[in-house]
Amino acid sequence: MADAVFRIIQAGPFVTIQDAGRKGMMRYGLPESGPMDRTSFAIAQAALGNAPNSPAIEISRGGLSLECVSGAVTFAIVGGGFLVQAGSEAASSWQVLTIKAGEKLSIKPGPWGSWTYLASAGELQATSWLGSVATHSQSGYGGGRLVAGGELVVASAEIRDNRTGPIPCPIWARPRPEVRVVLGPQDRFFDEASITLLLNERFRLTDAYDRMGVRLRGPQLLPKGALSIPSEAIMRGSIQVSGEGTPTVLLADHQTTGGYPKIATVIQDDLDGFCQLRSHDYVRFSAISPRYALTLARSRAKAVRIYLERLVG
Amino acid sequence: MDAPRFRPVADHAILVEFGETITDAAHDAVLKLDRALAAHPFAGFNEAIPAFVNLLVDFDPLITDHDTVETALYRLLALPAAAVAKGQMREVLVCYEGAFGQDLKEVATRTGLSEEAVINAHLSGDYKVFMYGFAPGYAYLAGVPTILQLPRKPSPIRDIEAGAVMIASAQCLVTTLIMPTGWWIIGRSPTRILTDDPVRPFLFDVGDQVRFRRISLTEFDIAGGL
Repeated sequence: MADAVFRIIQAGPFVTIQDAGRKGMMRYGLPESGPMDRTSFAIAQAALGNAPNSPAIEISRGGLSLECVSGAVTFAIVGGGFLVQAGSEAASSWQVLTIKAGEKLSIKPGPWGSWTYLASAGELQATSWLGSVATHSQSGYGGGRLVAGGELVVASAEIRDNRTGPIPCPIWARPRPEVRVVLGPQDRFFDEASITLLLNERFRLTDAYDRMGVRLRGPQLLPKGALSIPSEAIMRGSIQVSGEGTPTVLLADHQTTGGYPKIATVIQDDLDGFCQLRSHDYVRFSAISPRYALTLARSRAKAVRIYLERLVG
Repeated sequence: MDAPRFRPVADHAILVEFGETITDAAHDAVLKLDRALAAHPFAGFNEAIPAFVNLLVDFDPLITDHDTVETALYRLLALPAAAVAKGQMREVLVCYEGAFGQDLKEVATRTGLSEEAVINAHLSGDYKVFMYGFAPGYAYLAGVPTILQLPRKPSPIRDIEAGAVMIASAQCLVTTLIMPTGWWIIGRSPTRILTDDPVRPFLFDVGDQVRFRRISLTEFDIAGGL
């Protein structure tokens, strides 16, 4: 089996190497990183029959263009509604296809979504840091950002003709403008009026959206009194509110601790769909109990497992 | 100290709070539960994140649930109250000379001390790692002597080099990445907090004690800088 080598013609901002994430290091200041949309990433790997923690390229709306310099490899492109040009063939994401030497692969934003994943039938070569190639965007540690002029190598590249073709996009991989949260852990720093605003008004994603989080625009959620709570752990999905009353949803490369109160936390199941919204999209939050959130997590996990098993075949 | 409070976090974590304000008692309680969890993890335990007054306990919702985890945590909290063992003593080298101590003069002015007295006060501090946060390897060290405690600058300064030794209020920090900061930069350290050692990738554990040792510019260069 030979290598497939690619030249990077163009890569937008926030196009990075990711694997399933660097777990268990939040106590040392490291968030998990890994894919913004973990569902689509998992589907991309399963569509090729890869191990779930294989490296892939996370592509933002900045897009990515590659040219195959030598070899050939089968790719899965999963997540969002992105436009794909593969050699002479126009396609869209949710597709498995093969690229050969001399052909170009170009992925651009399409009708919906913020992130798509390019997984390969082979070993995408990437720098590992602390046991993972997931890129931590602020430090650049891990597999890193893709930049124009650079090279990508897929070692032991394979053509998997039996896997090529379209992949069904399940409903739970679509963008999610209705997001469920569990209130807290610092909802007590807000009066009832602010909680009501959070749950009854709509908010809009601003342009301040990157792998660390996204700032929202909407009614002010003023914390009660002057706040100085001792810094404490932040999770992916925490909705942290600044002193001016602006909420930010923390995402894959979030700070691990902070002193702003967290009014609510987005449930895991809705985070991937939330990340597939775009800047200026609207979002509404509804509160559910921790117990119900857990029930949802279990039924979703079951649906995902069945879907992935079918895909792996 | 009050009984700890349990606050559910989404579908996959519980925040165990030992107080609302920073005290040694609250932080000791955090460390004690953190160590008990490491020694006796419950089924479905993912990780624990210690902070000043609370411990976030993350679990796998497919394996366990909030109630079961709460029960497991109560059991750990009820273990005989052995004193929290002192953390390891870690030494961090610091050079205060020239541009490395870019805010020394200003700190001296604001505290009414000489620059040499600022350095000696910093070296005399009895530091302890309270938590990590903000960025990989950013360890918040509590224990800056009262005479050196200043509020942070009104606005952050950009592009501060990795290895900066800086202080704000009761805390001291050695940076690991180029970052903006509003803290007072008093020196530079060649000691790596991100060690590149796969077995022990971070120099400190939360709860460790830290002592700073002064080095000259020449010694800094010999130590390899950063």
